Amino acid sequence: MPDLRLMKGNEALAEAAIRAGIDAYFGYPITPQSEVIEYLMTERPEKRTGMVVLQAESEIAAINMVYGAASTGKRAMTSSSSPGISLKLEGISYLAGAELPAVIVNVVRGGPGLGTIQPSQADYFQSVKGGGHGDFKLYVLAPASVQEMADFVEDAFDIAFKYRAPVLILSDGMIGQMMEKVVLKDQKERMPDEEIIEKYGSWATTGKKGRERNIVTSLDLQPEKMEARVHRLFQKYEQMEKDDLRYEKIHCDDAEYLLVAYGSSARIAQKAVQLGREKGIKVGLLRPITLFPFPKQQLFELTDQVKGILSIELNAGQMVEDVKLSVQHKLPVEHFGRTGGIIHTPEEILEALEQKIIKDGGIRYHKARESSLL
Amino acid sequence: MEVLDIIRPENQVFCKTGLMTDATLSYCPGCGHGTAHHLTMEVIDEMGIVEDTIGIAPVGCSVLAYDFMNIDMTQAAHGRAPALATAISRTWPNKYVFTYQGDGDLAAIGTAETIHACNRGENIVIIFVNNGIYGMTGGQMAPTTLAGMRTSTSPYGREIESMGSPLKMAELIANLPGTYHVTRQSVHTHKHARKAKKAIKMAFENTRLGKGLSFVEIVSNCNSGWKMTPIESNIWMEENMFPYFPLGDIKVKGKLK
Repeated sequence: MPDLRLMKGNEALAEAAIRAGIDAYFGYPITPQSEVIEYLMTERPEKRTGMVVLQAESEIAAINMVYGAASTGKRAMTSSSSPGISLKLEGISYLAGAELPAVIVNVVRGGPGLGTIQPSQADYFQSVKGGGHGDFKLYVLAPASVQEMADFVEDAFDIAFKYRAPVLILSDGMIGQMMEKVVLKDQKERMPDEEIIEKYGSWATTGKKGRERNIVTSLDLQPEKMEARVHRLFQKYEQMEKDDLRYEKIHCDDAEYLLVAYGSSARIAQKAVQLGREKGIKVGLLRPITLFPFPKQQLFELTDQVKGILSIELNAGQMVEDVKLSVQHKLPVEHFGRTGGIIHTPEEILEALEQKIIKDGGIRYHKARESSLL
Repeated sequence: MEVLDIIRPENQVFCKTGLMTDATLSYCPGCGHGTAHHLTMEVIDEMGIVEDTIGIAPVGCSVLAYDFMNIDMTQAAHGRAPALATAISRTWPNKYVFTYQGDGDLAAIGTAETIHACNRGENIVIIFVNNGIYGMTGGQMAPTTLAGMRTSTSPYGREIESMGSPLKMAELIANLPGTYHVTRQSVHTHKHARKAKKAIKMAFENTRLGKGLSFVEIVSNCNSGWKMTPIESNIWMEENMFPYFPLGDIKVKGKLK
């Protein structure tokens, strides 16, 4: 019998973290993700698996605790929401620079500033364009259901340890707060200390025993060495693009028009696709599951087939830039978004598709092309 | 007699600990950091705990501590060393975890991490080198810069009215129930260095016994930043730093002295 439960996204993520056998969670309360640490504190994972859970004094301390645990080969994660992630970005940059595996969860709320506690996707740029200082990228997973909130924890750690790089789970207030059925995986054992020492002995600082010392740092004062480090990071990102891109195509086979959406927007867009098809509009949905790597090639390949693309986002227009870069101006691409914590309705999306792409988009696009603006 | 005859192992009464690398120290000649490094490594060596010891390097003059300390080390973001140490100690409860931090790192940007790690009573050692100035960035005012002291960002001397008073971190954290051992030492003479080594050893012993947080402040000189010769700076330290930052134990076995 599968372990089927009705859970909030945040709770499912927390339970999945215990079951994935991770070693430590460090967090700080912020709406709309506080259920993660509340659930973990209630569940007493130190008794269930020996997992360490600690409420840190700040978001900054929490991410640096993750950095500490990660530097010793332990599986450590933290979660927060937008303003808290801004605070963590220094630590995230250090994790990337020092090539440490770790998982960060952002249950996004509206911004900028203190913004709102309602759902948003306004942290897309922050997530996929680096966010912190320096040349680095995050592998970004975007769950669109409570089930994916649970499943992506283990997936994220697999990628983090495969590449020795930080991985971000980019959720939002809707996916984090809503309740849905979820099938939970069986409990996995935490990796024993001896195995960590053996497996990650080439880099982890677990104590100098039977080998030369290990040093974890992101500092390289020699320019050539620092450049080599940056090249090494970008080789990893290239490999991620080749091997670990994830996306989903819904009704794309015969589509004349395409919606692109991730996370909670993708769920609403999927309903819009259904409404459109009922009206006889051949519309499909491409849902990037990873935002970096981004399904660039898959979008480009669709340019021979579809007439226009609408990017559906809970922000003022962020992912749409990557969609435009992917299709290389071969098609009209428009953005439709809501902000401030407002969620678009499927009807609104369909109307936007009809107005911006089916009715106006082509005309505006061809006019612009004639005047060599494109 | 050849030199090699004199330094035969059986004739040797003292040698450099193998836990210091042969790399040339990046510290200015006369600086106390080198001695503080050696003492810490000698303690780890003598206690035979290197296989279970993890050090955290800060940002500041000792950012490259891992180049000189021949042990497993992680370099932390500015001020965050106690957060890293917390996580390592929690996930590896049988390891010896220590941070090595300067005054800007520990008492300015990392004040929150310091106070909260102390307040939780983490089973770690904090070695705090206080020389009253930002050495690495070229001699700016630190939270521990003395009143009236000239630095590049207090060129007319530290004015208490506008810049606040020098922060006594050891006294501050000694008042937290979570700290077990708090002491202030110096390393500018052999006598002081021997005392400091004893204090560092006691701190690591406390970790072994699971007693909680031990805080060893080392008041040190910065002859370059203070714009003095090494000898002048040590005299100035005795005459000016020690009255404000008095040496000695502040908290022993969880009890304020």
